[in-house]
Amino acid sequence: MPPTLHPKKTILEPKQIRRVVRRIAGEIVEHNGGTAGLLLVGIRTRGVPFAQRIAAEIETMEGVEVPVGTLDITLYRDDLSTIAPQPVVGETRFGEPIDDRVIVLCDDVLYTGRTIRAALDALIDYGRPRAVRLAVLVDRGHRELPIQAEFVGKVVPTSAREHVEVRLEEIDGVTDVRILEEEEA
Amino acid sequence: MAEAPESRSTARSTVPWTRKDLLGIEELSADEIRLILDTAESFREVAERPIKKVPTLRGKTVVNLFFESSTRTRSSFEIAEKRLSADGLNFSASTSSLSKGESLVDTALNLQAMAPDLIVIRHAYPGAPHLLARRLKAGVINAGDGAHEHPTQALLDAFTIRQHKQQIQGLKVSIVGDIEHSRVVRSNIHLLGKLGAEVTVAAPRTLMPVEMESMGVKVVHSLDEAIEGADVIMMLRIQLERQGKMRFPSTREYFNLFGLTTERMARAKDDAIVMHPGPMNRGVEIASEVADGPTSVILEQVANGVAVRMAVLYLLSGVRSEDGRDA
Repeated sequence: MPPTLHPKKTILEPKQIRRVVRRIAGEIVEHNGGTAGLLLVGIRTRGVPFAQRIAAEIETMEGVEVPVGTLDITLYRDDLSTIAPQPVVGETRFGEPIDDRVIVLCDDVLYTGRTIRAALDALIDYGRPRAVRLAVLVDRGHRELPIQAEFVGKVVPTSAREHVEVRLEEIDGVTDVRILEEEEA
Repeated sequence: MAEAPESRSTARSTVPWTRKDLLGIEELSADEIRLILDTAESFREVAERPIKKVPTLRGKTVVNLFFESSTRTRSSFEIAEKRLSADGLNFSASTSSLSKGESLVDTALNLQAMAPDLIVIRHAYPGAPHLLARRLKAGVINAGDGAHEHPTQALLDAFTIRQHKQQIQGLKVSIVGDIEHSRVVRSNIHLLGKLGAEVTVAAPRTLMPVEMESMGVKVVHSLDEAIEGADVIMMLRIQLERQGKMRFPSTREYFNLFGLTTERMARAKDDAIVMHPGPMNRGVEIASEVADGPTSVILEQVANGVAVRMAVLYLLSGVRSEDGRDA
């Protein structure tokens, strides 16, 4: 049984999320020395609208349309033999070859790092990118693998009993980032 | 080839898969069928990658136990297993101790001692997979049991139809040929019925079993009548090797009456597709001009078979026999 969760506090409002996305978009372009070779890849589910928002900001800033791909990591999860039933497999689509591209993986929350490990394994099966970078909206700590993000929206120290919930308009109908807390047993 | 990514987002299935075995279509719900088809959509993409392999079933062992000869189905399962990184092991009747008089259950118990996760079985006797499923901890996939069921074939047929027609609900599907000896037809009637298609079966009276009337399909004895207004025409092979005696005077006469030709196709809908589960007998049930023509999706069926079998292997491997069945 999943634990009952209570909203504890809102850490990012829609307006702040917009600013954070704009800043990350600027950092990506600055770090890359322009938009040449860039390919944003959103990790399903909420990494996809996050990547699309970054692409929209880059287009506003630079007047360049940066392609956005989607990546489903289900087939690369390291916990498939411990969970049942099998999770639903989503679609992966880049729209173009990833060889020699600078890929920016986009995800909503960076936690244990296991999702990113799976995403890296998946990417390598599609080709050989020139570089892979990582952009996340929230870094909540508690890493279990040696993975760090170059582009971070907000660092939020959390306890293990807390959950970070990102909601984006495109999927959830509302936009915010909240901390939820498990009910005491 | 029709691309229809939107067809699955509209009716995305949400039921979890909880069955240890895939024994037939008859016992599945429409939602379970949709879950397999939706999952197969995602696996189809793996075949288009430069590296056609994912690590999903690493460390799982799948035994392919084929008591009847099969090239297409067995190689399709084998490729599906390899693309999922499972270890596949092939047993065929002619090379194993089955030809030395061992019983089916003894063979299976011996295999179980090697701790496989899944067993794919084809057998000439209906119910053989069901017997194994009851006795073994491993998940069992029926790859054809006599003239009973061949669930993965019906699933790949449905997957192919959905690619071309977006949905199965309301389609007119005609199945023509050796209805009596076909396991494909039984699985397809169950599946197409559950997803809301109108099914017609057509065959000479000598190849039409009486139980067809009670399976909720329209029974006709003329090819033209079956083709009239059809969206999908599924041709079946005349299984001469299973017929004790000839059910018609000659294959030539059969072709004249029940062989699918371009002229006959004119009665179908303009965008009708032609399917065949293979292996086909050109000039017996189907003319080459149709088999190789623009309405034929026969080779797509083969390609889709791998994706569908990957989906089945993936879903079944998530159910553990100790706790999975009632989870």
